[in-house]
Amino acid sequence: MKFRIYRYDPAKDSAPYMKDYDVALDPHDRMLLDAMIRLKAVDDTLAFRRSCREGVCGSDAMNINGKNGLACITNLRELSEPIVLRPLPGLPVIRDLIVDMSQFFKQYHSIKPYVVDDTPPPEKERLQSPQAREELDGLYECILCACCSTACPSFWWNPDKFVGPAGLLNAYRFIADSRDQATSERLDNLDDPYRLFRCHTIMNCVDVCPKGLNPSAAIGRIRSLLVKRAV
Amino acid sequence: MSLAVRKFDAIVVGAGGAGMRASLQLAESGMSVAVLSKVFPTRSHTVAAQGGIGASLGNMGEDSWLWHMYDTVKGSDWLGDQDAIEYMCKMAPQVVYELEHFGMPFDRNADGTLYQRPFGGHSANFGEKSVQRAVASADRTGHAMLHTLYQRNVRARTQFFVEWMALDLIRDPQGEVLGVTALEMETGEVMLLQAKATLFATGGGGRIFAASTNAFINTGDGLGMAARAGIPLEDMEFWQFHPTGVAGAGVLITEAVRGEGGILLNASGERFMERYAPNLKDLASRDIVSRSMDQEIKEGRGCGPHKDYVLLKLDHLGPEVIMKRLPSIRDIAIKFANVDPIREPIPVVPTIHYMMGGIPTNVHGQVVAPDGGDPNAVVPGFFAIGECACVSVHGANRLGTNSLLDLLVFGRAAGDFIVGQNLQRQAHKPLPPHAADAALARLARLDGAASGEQVADVGNALRRTVQTHCGVFRNQALLTEGVTKILELDRRVQRVAIQDKSRTFNTARVEALELDNLIEVAKATIISAEARRESRGAQARSDYPNRDDANWLKHTLWFREGNRLAYKPVNMKPVSVDAFPPKTRTY
Repeated sequence: MKFRIYRYDPAKDSAPYMKDYDVALDPHDRMLLDAMIRLKAVDDTLAFRRSCREGVCGSDAMNINGKNGLACITNLRELSEPIVLRPLPGLPVIRDLIVDMSQFFKQYHSIKPYVVDDTPPPEKERLQSPQAREELDGLYECILCACCSTACPSFWWNPDKFVGPAGLLNAYRFIADSRDQATSERLDNLDDPYRLFRCHTIMNCVDVCPKGLNPSAAIGRIRSLLVKRAV
Repeated sequence: MSLAVRKFDAIVVGAGGAGMRASLQLAESGMSVAVLSKVFPTRSHTVAAQGGIGASLGNMGEDSWLWHMYDTVKGSDWLGDQDAIEYMCKMAPQVVYELEHFGMPFDRNADGTLYQRPFGGHSANFGEKSVQRAVASADRTGHAMLHTLYQRNVRARTQFFVEWMALDLIRDPQGEVLGVTALEMETGEVMLLQAKATLFATGGGGRIFAASTNAFINTGDGLGMAARAGIPLEDMEFWQFHPTGVAGAGVLITEAVRGEGGILLNASGERFMERYAPNLKDLASRDIVSRSMDQEIKEGRGCGPHKDYVLLKLDHLGPEVIMKRLPSIRDIAIKFANVDPIREPIPVVPTIHYMMGGIPTNVHGQVVAPDGGDPNAVVPGFFAIGECACVSVHGANRLGTNSLLDLLVFGRAAGDFIVGQNLQRQAHKPLPPHAADAALARLARLDGAASGEQVADVGNALRRTVQTHCGVFRNQALLTEGVTKILELDRRVQRVAIQDKSRTFNTARVEALELDNLIEVAKATIISAEARRESRGAQARSDYPNRDDANWLKHTLWFREGNRLAYKPVNMKPVSVDAFPPKTRTY
């Protein structure tokens, strides 16, 4: 199987380049990550992140034939050759397919990603109805892989100012939680021409999310809460 | 060579469920804490846990911590330490409620309380009938828990060292642990991290097997470091085969599928677990279900063209239950097995899943090792929790949902114990000269080796050997040959070479360093298994089919030096109740 892979090691390469590979696969190789592991056994200098190999840890996000996705749950049969692999767009490259995700996590941290409730907790669980709990479905499953934010042109232009689809999806996850007491502060934190309103509903985020989540819809809900609050 | 030194009150190695539960206690106490992790915290392998957390909340019907304790002791095939099991089961409700208060998105009942589902080996009234004890977030419980703990650590401003790999323990001549040497992956820089308490929460080492539900990062790093520092590893022959890994892919299908009503079928469509475990059937403990599946396959009743798997049927649960309670399982089955479980059964085989053994500790997470006449003398400054530790609550076989519980209970306990030591008021002990020499020598050898065997080749040979010689059923001939092969691989590991010599994010170097840890785990496993001439829990020997309490009701300790084995008694002295004496184990 043929690959074209982005290579760059700042210690020795003056500029990034694309390297061609042809790898013999085993019939059991199913996912792109399986092929990459085989490739790495031939050329151990190829650097990429990977861990769970089942789509829950979010390590092996990359740009695969032009679209962001997770190598471990991308079936080889769905890919045309040569398979072109690049690092996630818009973030600084550390080496090969490994990007510096600091900016991405900084935005995630900026939305205060934890339930705020300063009242003393009860002895047992706080009660939450199944309906209230269902509000979190489609939100809490985010794996922080950054496929969405690095597919978003608004995040490319303003990664320091725009929270980005992953951060905003998570912001709404806490707004939507019946146990959280900080909705108004959370909305204040987002009511800003950049932090929330740089989203132009391009919807690349929805298209690439490997978990099938919909950051765009979450952003829409935050917008309507802000509108409701304003009137 | 002089290295940069950074000093902390405490360092935690590993940012999975155990590490982050402990770091939360430490950070909130105001101590200076560093948490090292090979991966960003939410990528730790706790994220892959699916089914639930066991705690006798009694939300679905009567339950008690004593029943949970009995189930755990019986599940452990009486090898678990009863003081530790008692503590864990008693603490379970409290740590689950705390996790809810932290914001965990648990599934709920109509009255707003936490939903609980049945799980293998969990029973009411000392084995009488199945009980609903496992709290869960659909089939993503580990993911929800790990993210919740990370979020809570963000709130506590815990200091993380992300993509740092610990290389070796630093011990002074008196044996006290004073920190670790560590490699920052992005820059290739090595540093000494000095601490008054060093807490390992490095997870399991399932990657010594060829077919495993474990992530690539599960290379037993903490065990390798401990073994190289002269600390024994306990009960390493006990590895859990999870009954339901996707055939061919190894990806986990949670026991919650059977908890929700799924059943296992052989080639003739028979629900064969009714024969092996008439009472709990498909919800018997994992060692028993895995052995039964292996037996069915061996006797020619497996499914498929090669009769080498059985089927997990859940279509009868209906699309609603599957979509609500088991949505990720459906995704996994579609992606990795080409079947939609709403309509078709999933092909499954027993797959390596969990390491019951590990670094020996007491209930405070303090690492213990024999010294003089005391089999459990504390190693000062050193702590271990979670899968890398052996406290031992799982004994010879872990019950489903007790792993996440173990992380929460002992993460919190170790954190609290370290906080109670008032380390802020103590001075750092002087580092021994040449503290980093061993780690630097390993790195220098890798950097200097111009030629040698490939890491991938030696690693694959190791995984194939352990898989072949230390599988579901073991016997003397297989194990003896396996020991010889692993000792030969030990020599090959010393001769590997990498092509990549870059300082920047050198993943080839990381994999070579991981191989140093894998080989220690593999030696401990096969040497301990070869010596134990009985069947107990996950150690099933066809040549010694029975449990032998007269000779083998004891913990194994493997020492790296000379591959020496020693044994220590099982703790049969719970604090507040009578011990459960060993008896015949049926489900």
